[in-house]
Amino acid sequence: MGKKHLVMVRRDKTPVRLIVINTAIFVVLALAFCGIFMLAQGFNPVSIYAQMFAAAFGSFSGFTESIVTAIPLMLCGLGVSVAFKMNLNNIGAEGQYAMGALTATGFMLFGPSVPGPLQIPVMIIIATLTGAVWSLLAAIPRAFWNVSETIVTLMLNYVALLLLDYLCYGPWKAAGGLNLPYSAKIPKTAYLPTIFGSEINVGFIIAIVVAIFMYWFFKYTTTGYQISVIKHSITAAKYAGINVKKNIIIVMLISGALAGMTGAVQVCGVLHRLQPKLPNNAGFTAIVIAYLSKFNPIVVILVSIFFGGLSLGSYTVQTLGVPSQVAIMIQGSILIFVLAGEIFNRFKFKRVGEHETVNTIE
Amino acid sequence: MSELLLEMENITKTFIGVKANDNVNLKLYSGEIHALLGENGAGKSTLMSVLTGVYKPDYGNIYFRGKKVDITNPKHAVKLGIGMVYQHFRLIPTLTVTENVLLNSGECPRILNVKEMNDKITACSEQFNLKIIPEAKIWQLSVGEQQRVEIVKLLYRGAEILILDEPSAVLTPQESDEMFKTLRIMADSGKAVVFISHKMNEVVANADRITVLRAGKSVASMKASETNRDDLTKLMVGHEVEWVRNADVGDMGNCILRCEDLEADNDRGLPALRKACLEVHAGEIMGIAGVAGNGQKMLAEVITGLRPLRGGKVFFKDEDISKTTVKHRNRMGISFVPEDRLGMGLIPSMNLMDNLILKKYFHPEYSNKGLLKKRDIQKATDETVEKYDIKNAGIQREVGKLSGGNQQKLLMAREISGEPDLIVVMYPSRGLDIAATMAVHEIILEQKKRGAAVLMISEELEEIFELSDRIAVLYDGYLSKPIDVGDATKESVGRLMAGIGLEPEKDTDTKEAV
Repeated sequence: MGKKHLVMVRRDKTPVRLIVINTAIFVVLALAFCGIFMLAQGFNPVSIYAQMFAAAFGSFSGFTESIVTAIPLMLCGLGVSVAFKMNLNNIGAEGQYAMGALTATGFMLFGPSVPGPLQIPVMIIIATLTGAVWSLLAAIPRAFWNVSETIVTLMLNYVALLLLDYLCYGPWKAAGGLNLPYSAKIPKTAYLPTIFGSEINVGFIIAIVVAIFMYWFFKYTTTGYQISVIKHSITAAKYAGINVKKNIIIVMLISGALAGMTGAVQVCGVLHRLQPKLPNNAGFTAIVIAYLSKFNPIVVILVSIFFGGLSLGSYTVQTLGVPSQVAIMIQGSILIFVLAGEIFNRFKFKRVGEHETVNTIE
Repeated sequence: MSELLLEMENITKTFIGVKANDNVNLKLYSGEIHALLGENGAGKSTLMSVLTGVYKPDYGNIYFRGKKVDITNPKHAVKLGIGMVYQHFRLIPTLTVTENVLLNSGECPRILNVKEMNDKITACSEQFNLKIIPEAKIWQLSVGEQQRVEIVKLLYRGAEILILDEPSAVLTPQESDEMFKTLRIMADSGKAVVFISHKMNEVVANADRITVLRAGKSVASMKASETNRDDLTKLMVGHEVEWVRNADVGDMGNCILRCEDLEADNDRGLPALRKACLEVHAGEIMGIAGVAGNGQKMLAEVITGLRPLRGGKVFFKDEDISKTTVKHRNRMGISFVPEDRLGMGLIPSMNLMDNLILKKYFHPEYSNKGLLKKRDIQKATDETVEKYDIKNAGIQREVGKLSGGNQQKLLMAREISGEPDLIVVMYPSRGLDIAATMAVHEIILEQKKRGAAVLMISEELEEIFELSDRIAVLYDGYLSKPIDVGDATKESVGRLMAGIGLEPEKDTDTKEAV
């Protein structure tokens, strides 16, 4: 036979094992890529990665700290995934998160007094509703006039973050103290309890429950079914009589609600007060996490923990002179590498004879 | 006169694992019209792609005028005088006929003498009695005229062998008669004409010789005068086929669907239905004939609720449903097998179960208080697959991976489940092989027997005549009065399809009683 050549063939089915291996390979490649920049700065990437890993996952306290860092990522990541599951781009988790924190804390500090045991539920409910309303501002124009939800949610982030800044520097700034832009602290009775005898707060449990619920919801409910039909084919959805507008609103409400809930969980669990830039980019990192997890809620939890550890690790290596922004560089590289590597999940290489023709990439 | 112009010998072409062509032989004589007959996937297109240099065969030889040639690329084929008219025309809509012909000819003078070129192209086309207007822009032409431009493109380039892929698919019966006359003139001038088809009647009527392909092999070559439709079908399918027909024509019950003066716009906002009136009764199959693109989609969509009406009313069992939602009509018992199987009727990236429940996920059969009954859905899917013999690699697999026939069977099965009173079916057999077409026709006839009203929109006249009780024709948004199938002839329906005798009612006219 004549000479053989390589062609790419579409895979019929991709085994899960293959996806895991591919992803791992491309994460390593991304780390190697970032290593080049560390080398250029005169650092030894291997030892830096080792230290980051040790700090994040090497000890019980490090591991729990990573999870604490990951809790807002989990909740925002789940929220963002819900919207992405229906091809709705909720880029506004950051703002929904900020608004949730803002209203819940504001209510606790300046609203009518709430009995101790009810404080946490009330704050969480207020934050959740606020996040939902904030995303509704993008959902309604999207559903009824086809206004891009991407742009509206993105812009609403700035509104929310600037409002938070204004309140922290201005009217809500705590009296006395160090003149820092912080609000007063919420009462101790509103602090989230910790679990496992560690720093991990109940927010972790909430995130896991939400993830499991989401998994179940998409698999077993008619609403979940309608959402996946709309995601796969809007024409088919309309043909089946599915109310697309209604589902856009529902999905954006859930998405915003989860991001908003993050606000209360983070204030009650970790910060105990408002401060500027409170979401700390969690709403944006959540987008990266959602994509890497392919919107699978269980995977969102795992990827969030990894990203939590990553940012924790990057803080510790700051002492060696490595800028902490290294975390963002690694996150970005991982996303790009893993997405690029997906082509190997969908295609395989095959050696074929000279005259043989195959259906290559359409 | 009939010199052996081209011979393809033992052509074999393999696509990973599949032999698309397996030792195929084909002989073309000058002066003949040769039909290449076969089902979808029989290897007709592959064979023609080998001939036009698009694919290189694994084995086999091609002899052109007795000399062995190695057609390595499409340009080479053109040089030899082999040209093809594809089913989807390759014309540039904003350019004129002359410009399109010149673009294709390879002669592009720096300064274009439009007058001279127009004359040259007219002369070339007149030689074969092809009427074209050289200065017309392509977008202004009808589909039939565009097809003529495609043919002129080949003739102008000096093609000796013309290949046409399903040339009659886009034409009215009259237009295709006209086209075949032209092909005859070309053959008489010494050229060899090949046309690909899956319509037996057309092949018997118009070809000199016929080559039948089945599953990648050439199973027979014969003179058209020595064969008939049944023999050809047997060769194509590999076994005896019993044609299903509507046995009890005209037996019908109450009026189920009544349309009064329907008016609707197409996606571009242009009027596409003009005062269409229609009645379909229980136990009746109403066939809507017409060349695709004359308002068929709009008619089906306003009846099923997918498109708003601009005027007129739709009644379902005497209830005005003109303004109701798709879901409401769906629940009332109106089902719809749309034209775009994978774009609308099915979701190719979802599995068989998810597709089966698409219209009924909310029904107690499949869900309870918002929760899907996964086990019942699985059982129902298994039963459907079994009952309608839907070949699949597992009901968890994507529907997009099924064959066209199995997709259509799944779609039909879903739409007739729950015994709807009205079924709107568009192009039921489009792109299907004979076995699948039979299965689909049987399903439609069963529905008639059950007492359902069936509105069947089709572009295949044979299908319309075999299944319908009454026939109406849609042309440019005008719907003709229905004709009993016994009174209809291909000629009369064909004239209506071309708009002849379809008197558009003037706006000032009073409504005629239906």
